[in-house]
Amino acid sequence: MTITGIAAIGAGLAAIGAGVGIGKIGGSAMDAMARQPEMHGKIQSSALILAAFVEAVALFGVVVAFLQG
Amino acid sequence: MRLNTFKNVLFSVLFLAISFAGYAFENSDSKEGEEFNPKEMILHHVKDAHEFHLWDWKGRPVSLSLPIILWTDNGLTTFSSSKFHHDDNGKVIVEENGNKFVKFHEKIYQLEDNASVIEFDEEHHPINAHKPLNFSITRNVFMMWVSVVVLLLIFLTAARSYKKSSDGVPTGIAGFVEPLIVFVRDEIGKPMIGEHKYKRYMPYLLTIFFFIWINNIFGLIPILNGANLSGNIAFTCTLAVFTFIITTLSGNSNYWKHIFWMPGVPVPMKIFLMPIEIIGMFVKPISLMIRLFANITAGHVIILALMSLIFVFKTVAIAPVSVAFSLFITVIEIIVTAIQAYIFTILSALYFGMATEDHH
Repeated sequence: MTITGIAAIGAGLAAIGAGVGIGKIGGSAMDAMARQPEMHGKIQSSALILAAFVEAVALFGVVVAFLQG
Repeated sequence: MRLNTFKNVLFSVLFLAISFAGYAFENSDSKEGEEFNPKEMILHHVKDAHEFHLWDWKGRPVSLSLPIILWTDNGLTTFSSSKFHHDDNGKVIVEENGNKFVKFHEKIYQLEDNASVIEFDEEHHPINAHKPLNFSITRNVFMMWVSVVVLLLIFLTAARSYKKSSDGVPTGIAGFVEPLIVFVRDEIGKPMIGEHKYKRYMPYLLTIFFFIWINNIFGLIPILNGANLSGNIAFTCTLAVFTFIITTLSGNSNYWKHIFWMPGVPVPMKIFLMPIEIIGMFVKPISLMIRLFANITAGHVIILALMSLIFVFKTVAIAPVSVAFSLFITVIEIIVTAIQAYIFTILSALYFGMATEDHH
């Protein structure tokens, strides 16, 4: 397998990690909003921020894969 | 009524911008019969450049030439990038101030006296040329100045409108800016740094918030052809270094104590924690730098990659899919512009808050 192929697999693994992370954040945010609808706005904004953090970690992986591939 | 007009204008500009995205693809490097290389095209768009390529007109590139400023052995050398005639493969040689220069992959090389063609060894180091110190006004520098001018116009107009009004009610553009400033103060400054210390840091926080945001937005305008300033690691590095310097200089004794001699843990643990905390000091700004760089660059790469699907499959049938997807990603990127500016600012504020926290 070439280094490009391995880099592509690495990018895919990073995407899996980010998918799990964002899924957990989204699920918990939904739960929290259902329990406390009056906190809807605050929960949504912090969920978005956390999703951005998780996404950033996946992007680190993508950037490294891009540099290698 | 006024809001509706504003909405209309906004949407027309958005759609115009998206329709321009297609034009951004006419790649001046690709010759007839040559295989389309998406990676090369994407890197070309994401990287910095010595000219502002706008579009191609009848096979010839329409571009804005930017000045090239070099510091060589013969002193300061300046000339226009139009002298390279859009060449980026080291073929056109410019003789200036007794030296010969070529441009290869957006880098300026100075040829040795007897060389006429630039040659590279296997590790892509030039054999018969070297890089002079390059202080050129590149595309990114140009866009940074544009964004500085735009920011100055917005904020000076807002400041003037406060001076004029007697009751302090915001009018005009101040009505747009004031909620954002209040947001940075009440949602970032006060909760992260503390009620009585946040004022010292507000100028810096406001500056990086608006500067990053406006540069992210400029990066999304396709007619500017990937003025990818906040996706440039040197730019994000500079901002992160500012945050690091301010954090370090405003650190109180409590902060340094937590780094070198963590209170409340046994002595072996204190020794064990010290190197980790020292590394952490440097990791924080590095993560700030990479987060902004990677997010903005990845956004550009994804939009361009979706668009280049049309050229990879060589069919129009894929166009609706890739246009729809890149529209979707563009809308997400518009949200990301604000989120990334917010995250950079809130994390900087968090570090300042950690540095100035009182003992309790």
